[in-house]
Amino acid sequence: MRPVYIAGVGLHPFGRFADRNLTALGVEAVRGALRDAGVARGGFQAAFCGTVYGGVATGHKVLTALGLSGVPIVNVEAGCASGGAALSLAAAQVASGQHDTVLVLGVEKMPRGMIRSSFFEPWREEAGLAATPAYFALRAQRLMLASEVSVHDLAAVSVKNHRHGVANPYAMYRKALSLEDVLASAVVCEPLRILMLCAPNEGAAAVVVSSRPHGTTPVRIAAAVLCSHLAGSVLGEHTPLDGLASEHVATPTEMAARGAYEMASVGPEDLDLAEVQDTDAAREILSAEELGLCPPRGGGRWVRDGGGAMGSRLPVNASGGLLSKGEPLGASALGQIVELTWQLRGQAGPRQVDRARVALAHTVGRGANACVAILTR
Amino acid sequence: MPPPRPIANGLFDTLPEGPRLRAARCGACARLHFPASATCPYCGSDASTPTLVGPEGRLRLFTVVANRPPGYRGPLPYGFGVVELDGVDLQVITRLTQSDLARLRPGLPVTLVIEPLFTDDEGTAVASYAFAPAAAS
Repeated sequence: MRPVYIAGVGLHPFGRFADRNLTALGVEAVRGALRDAGVARGGFQAAFCGTVYGGVATGHKVLTALGLSGVPIVNVEAGCASGGAALSLAAAQVASGQHDTVLVLGVEKMPRGMIRSSFFEPWREEAGLAATPAYFALRAQRLMLASEVSVHDLAAVSVKNHRHGVANPYAMYRKALSLEDVLASAVVCEPLRILMLCAPNEGAAAVVVSSRPHGTTPVRIAAAVLCSHLAGSVLGEHTPLDGLASEHVATPTEMAARGAYEMASVGPEDLDLAEVQDTDAAREILSAEELGLCPPRGGGRWVRDGGGAMGSRLPVNASGGLLSKGEPLGASALGQIVELTWQLRGQAGPRQVDRARVALAHTVGRGANACVAILTR
Repeated sequence: MPPPRPIANGLFDTLPEGPRLRAARCGACARLHFPASATCPYCGSDASTPTLVGPEGRLRLFTVVANRPPGYRGPLPYGFGVVELDGVDLQVITRLTQSDLARLRPGLPVTLVIEPLFTDDEGTAVASYAFAPAAAS
């Protein structure tokens, strides 16, 4: 297998854009990535597009708008990990030698409000069992019981990510919050307050993956690993709830992390920064535990010791995370890749992490799916 | 008034001795799952045998839903949680009849109830399952 590089990245801000359709968001991100990579028309041999709510042939619509169709275009859905799934497919094609240059894009315009998912059977919706934030709340409660995490710790994660997000012009929310702001915000599902949850929104991101190093500080994809859940490890239509209520089955994140660390020949101690799934504040703490950024069941202590903050040993979500940026499902994972590429190149401006050389990106969500990518320079 | 209909077929039964959930035990790997499926979600075998479980259990995790989730047709707020059934290796995700957080705690003994949740467009009451704090607790 040959090395795989990120030749170019492009990002459309995450937010709400009533006057721009999905294709327009994608066009901006793709143009940015191709320009950054110096790739001309005909310069890529395949494209993968991550989207969940985009509908039929979303990637085709974006590339058609730019007259760039003609190559294989595959639309990829893997829940919150859709963009990561698309990246792993592209990286495999380049690593194997099938193609030299592959375009990856992620686009999304999420409906407003509580996420509706065709994952659930209609009777589960009618019965009140399809309340996504309620599942997040149960997961948060389990984490609080297992890892000595307090509601203050949850609020502290949100405060940290919102503080980071102030420096990110691509984020939806760029306002610092106090612990009191977060704790006093409306309870959605105890223990989660509205300011501990990310907002579904809109955005696009694109990455050009290539066999050739690009620029003065080439960024390499050292690993991009996608895993789904093991039997019984997550809520399915018929499975019990081991993943929600007990811990004896490895989670998709743990499996993807293990695979990615092995593929990249690095461990958590080698990371300089990470972008992790923070759908809600508890999810970030659980992500830190599952990725080995802190000891198992050490999440509460990690937060109270300032873990993940800018200036700490290992900044987590320097971009502001999904809590600041919002979550356009198909684009969020590639948004992390764009951010980390800028960080590794030293182009992250006021949110630059010093001497960043090894970075990890993590997404996890419905399926269940998790993707862990490791980038190096 | 027509009699209530179940929210979906194959979820629960009301026996003379009380309500039960319709789980299934796999004939190949012996694990339990709910709702009963034609195929075992652990090993893929189609040799599962229906088995009734409940009504007693203990509350593992819980929260309260105050805003209407997509498609939900019952009253707000409502409790929501994970119940570990007594005597079998099975946890179920469920609505809770109790929506006052102060009256819920991990380990709380709970019991299965089948009760009308909403009235459908034809005017028929629709029954679903939930867990209620056990009488003694």
